[in-house]
Amino acid sequence: MLTILFDGVAYGMLLFVLACGLAITLGLMNFVNLAHGAFAMAGGYVTAILINRWGLPFLATLPFAFLVPAAIGLVLERTLYVRLYHRNHLDQVLFSIGLVFMAVAAVDWTMGSQQQFVTLPSWLKGRVDILGVQVGLYRSFIIVVCSVLVVALQLVLAKTRFGSRLRAAVDDPRVARGLGINVSAIFAITFAFGSGLAGLGGALGAEILGLDPTFPLKFMIYFLIVVTVGGTTSLTGPFLASILLGVADVAGKYYVPSFGAFVIYSLMIVVLVLRPQGLFARAR
Amino acid sequence: MSHASADSFVQSGIVARTLARRGRWRVPEILFWLAALASIWLLPDRHLILNEIAIIGLFAVSLDLILGYAGIVSLGHAAFFGLGAYTAGLIAKHFALDPVIGLVGAAATAAALGWVTSFLVLRGADLTRLMVTLGVALILAEVANQMAWLTGGADGLQGVIMPAILGRFEFDIFGTTAYVYSLVVTFVLFVIARRIVVSPFGLSLRAIRDNSLRARAVGIPVNARLIAVYTLSAAYAGVAGALLAQTTQFVSLDVIAFHRSADVLLVLVIGGTGYLYGGLVGAVVFKLLQDMLASITPQYWLFWIGLILIILVLADRDRLTARLTAAWRARATGPAGGAGPAGGPHATPASGER
Repeated sequence: MLTILFDGVAYGMLLFVLACGLAITLGLMNFVNLAHGAFAMAGGYVTAILINRWGLPFLATLPFAFLVPAAIGLVLERTLYVRLYHRNHLDQVLFSIGLVFMAVAAVDWTMGSQQQFVTLPSWLKGRVDILGVQVGLYRSFIIVVCSVLVVALQLVLAKTRFGSRLRAAVDDPRVARGLGINVSAIFAITFAFGSGLAGLGGALGAEILGLDPTFPLKFMIYFLIVVTVGGTTSLTGPFLASILLGVADVAGKYYVPSFGAFVIYSLMIVVLVLRPQGLFARAR
Repeated sequence: MSHASADSFVQSGIVARTLARRGRWRVPEILFWLAALASIWLLPDRHLILNEIAIIGLFAVSLDLILGYAGIVSLGHAAFFGLGAYTAGLIAKHFALDPVIGLVGAAATAAALGWVTSFLVLRGADLTRLMVTLGVALILAEVANQMAWLTGGADGLQGVIMPAILGRFEFDIFGTTAYVYSLVVTFVLFVIARRIVVSPFGLSLRAIRDNSLRARAVGIPVNARLIAVYTLSAAYAGVAGALLAQTTQFVSLDVIAFHRSADVLLVLVIGGTGYLYGGLVGAVVFKLLQDMLASITPQYWLFWIGLILIILVLADRDRLTARLTAAWRARATGPAGGAGPAGGPHATPASGER
């Protein structure tokens, strides 16, 4: 029971790191970026390649898993995404589905369609017994890393100069521009950072979620659920939603395996019907 | 009778005449359907792919009804397509009834699902609708997967043998009967859809699409209209799915998968939204493209589809569509009319007084 709760929380934390970039682009910048999972996949593949072909240790690959997707994100944002900020949602959906299709086919072509394995260092394997609860070491590691990220993100958004500029740019780009804030640079940095976080999440989650070319399609729905269920006015909403979904998903798969996949979709529909703005958001 | 109501009486006469004129069949439209008819004899060895084009075309027309006319963005239209396919497949497998009855059954179940889920779609804006439609389709796909005793699960529904249509026309291996059958059904449903979108009901849908707040203010029952058109669109998608099940005599989880919802969106976008022919034109282009690209790079045609999508969006498909429809309308109004680029209901009464 507590083990399930623990696994669920770890899973939820992972979901949050994967989805928080989307929470910013979709939630704050109002851009429906279905291709978010492709950046996560990029991070996962960077780690897998570095470990399996170059023999780097797991931890050393994580910075690259952040940087490479961030760089890709930056380039794509400057060249393509920036043209679509003012378009309607349908255009954004079509564009990002196109990106997903291209990413899936390109990875399939270069890396093959088989699943990639990420070898964990031995000190992250196994479980320990804490007060009668079976606790997986790797999942504890994920919880620690993700908690640090969550706190850091919240501090950056709430306390730093960059955070307040970002919030201003999101709330009213015109006024922000008038105040001398370089809105497009801020959006570009934020987008790159969100993509990088997705990549990091992909690298951390490769072991738990599995990694193959269909990753962006398979998990797209989860990221979207996190953001839409969590509401989009803050990061706290998506965070709580991630934990809720993580626990619900793990518990659902454990207790009612045949209904595992229904739990999360039904939860989403119920939440959206009751609260179209999301569970933890004030109506705008 | 007061002066005001007499005025509105005259007005409604003008509106009725305008609508009637807009609903008249144009030469290019007739040529389009004649070409489709001629393809039965001119392309005798292509009936299998033509059959698929007709089915995808009908599916895209059904999406156009809600997307192009009512402005509802759906990422889960495969739910209705898949339900229709399974319904038709099961009817044939267990009752061996006439395919036409299968079509009616598929339309009924899909419409029922559409009606129920339309209440979910009423809530929220674009993003919520996207998520809810996607969620409904995913749940349904999971249901089809889990109920293997009924649907065959991942192996698909096997042993479907289709009786002859109306007890007379047997399906053949060249797909000729199948194509003619699909074409006739698509044509009939298209004519009905065309009639609907030029009716006052269709006009009110456009008003809702353009500005639902204003539509409500002028007295259009927004929710009732959206429920009606969503249900109708679901029924159409169900029939398209049923056609696929009947003409291929096989149903698998593929009919309800996410990529089907994405494909049909792509088909419609290629052809252009909001003028019904977009779905049909898109289906032709999409199928030919798929055929061509798949023969060059069999495994990776998804890549090219993605590229085409991105190019379409960056080239501003809205403007492309607007240009297409403007050209269409200019031809439609003919030499007598000058509906202009605005072409809306404000412009038409002026040109309506002949």
